[in-house]
Amino acid sequence: MKRTRGQHVITYVGLAAGLLLVIGPFLWAGLSSFKPESEIRRDPPTLLPETWTLGNYAELLERVHIGQAFMNSMIVALAIVAGNLLFGSMVGYGFAKLQFRGKNVVFALVLAQMAVPAIVLMMPQFVLIAKLGMVNTFLGIILPGLINPLGVFLMRQFIADLPDELIHAARVDGAGEFRIFFRIILPLCRPAMATLGLITFLGAWNNFLWPAVVAQSEDLYTLPVALNILNFAEGTHYNLLVAGSVIVIAPILILFVFLQRFFIQGIATSGIK
Amino acid sequence: MIHARRTGLGWVFVLPFLLMFVVFYLGPLLAGLGMSFTDFRSTDVADVLGVDPVGVQNYIRLAQDEAMVKAAVNTLVFVVVCLPLTIGLGLAAAVALNSGIGRLPAAFFRLGYYLPHITSIIGIAVAWKFLLEPEAGLVNRLLELIGVQGPAWLQDQRTALPSIIAMTAWRGFGFDMVVFLAALQGIPRELYEAAEVDGAGRRQRFWSITVPQLRPVILFCTVYSTVGFLQFMEEPLVMTGGGPLNSTLSVSLAIWKQFGVGNYGYAGAAATVLFTVIIALAVLQLRIGRSR
Repeated sequence: MKRTRGQHVITYVGLAAGLLLVIGPFLWAGLSSFKPESEIRRDPPTLLPETWTLGNYAELLERVHIGQAFMNSMIVALAIVAGNLLFGSMVGYGFAKLQFRGKNVVFALVLAQMAVPAIVLMMPQFVLIAKLGMVNTFLGIILPGLINPLGVFLMRQFIADLPDELIHAARVDGAGEFRIFFRIILPLCRPAMATLGLITFLGAWNNFLWPAVVAQSEDLYTLPVALNILNFAEGTHYNLLVAGSVIVIAPILILFVFLQRFFIQGIATSGIK
Repeated sequence: MIHARRTGLGWVFVLPFLLMFVVFYLGPLLAGLGMSFTDFRSTDVADVLGVDPVGVQNYIRLAQDEAMVKAAVNTLVFVVVCLPLTIGLGLAAAVALNSGIGRLPAAFFRLGYYLPHITSIIGIAVAWKFLLEPEAGLVNRLLELIGVQGPAWLQDQRTALPSIIAMTAWRGFGFDMVVFLAALQGIPRELYEAAEVDGAGRRQRFWSITVPQLRPVILFCTVYSTVGFLQFMEEPLVMTGGGPLNSTLSVSLAIWKQFGVGNYGYAGAAATVLFTVIIALAVLQLRIGRSR
């Protein structure tokens, strides 16, 4: 469509104003996290910190053990990513390329799981985890997240497009099924696994509900859980709260800026965040 | 399709996953449904034999529970307002980015607009709580500059839910935008050129070409967002705790609170109703969306 220069200018102005509204809260929270508490409440407000300080972060490290929570979040997210990559590719391969009885019914059942809200599963899953003696353990936080229908779906779609001839040829050469999977299929799946890994990491890192249910002592809190507790305990100490908020958000922000191609690809291929 | 040499080999690849699936998802889903017809409480976890069936009593109690009814109304309002807001903003942003502006600036804006969607909702909610703080918050400070005394956003019954709705639209529209943008790029240019030759103006081209062509993705975003919005919980949990006077209590948050005080059977009944509504609404939307 042909547009005049004037129309483009209007579009740019509108887009820039929108961007300011979208990015503004991040900038404001980010800048405020480096201000001392007295400056946060000053009227009129300062945009850039007058006195730059890392005091808020230091206080979080000491009082809330935010470093521990960061590590916990990392451990939980990475374990869940590993589980999803392994299960997703194996099961995706099974559904895409192997023939077995009852396959379609089982696949439909697994997909239907995606529609079940987390809050519906929360209680019975918690009772199960309690029965297994895994309340307040890493295993309890991680285990249900290891399998995710989304991963199976994504990998199945990708593997289905790989040519069957590859597998036939390997069979003729006498390769076993597992050898074929690990030596031929997996290496070809790298792009899909990158996308799946990223989406899974994002979901696990941001997940609040389940870790909040299972982690009951401070040494197991993940970042969102720790931040929620801090919010309850220090609801008006905004210098601490925004610093906590920055610690939760920053890693994802950095990942996103460098790997945004994979994020957008993930939506395009799956339609799901 | 490839036939494995030994029958059942496919099962070997799928079995470990399926076992976990049954144990951690399918089983709990059915157990949860069963639980909703009992007086299961947190104290029964140790000894499940102490649980008694109570029929549909939990469900009857739901309808009589004022907080629960209020939560249902709030959730409905939230969905009905958020849905057109996010889709409208997403569409506007996508159309603007697709209007022939440079590739690089378009990519840059897309990155920025999409950002809130992928960040932790707890982190976002905390940042917004700070933004909306009556005295120290940026919003009221800015309003002050133009001589307006801003309300106590999250502490005021009238403005608390609208504040949370604004934040949700702010956070969510980037997702719709990305979906719409991909679909917009798939609309054949000839359609617009032909319409232009026929003398159709910009507005006319938007309503008679763009919108009908985007129909399938608008339907997708509607269903996807409805399912998500019906479950909103972390936003009020962090920002208002469901208050003031339950004005921001959502169904999921009410379930969360019931779970917190140990009423598993009752919370399970509420969760079952929520789940049923989600499925029913999604099916209904798909039916209506496809039939036209």
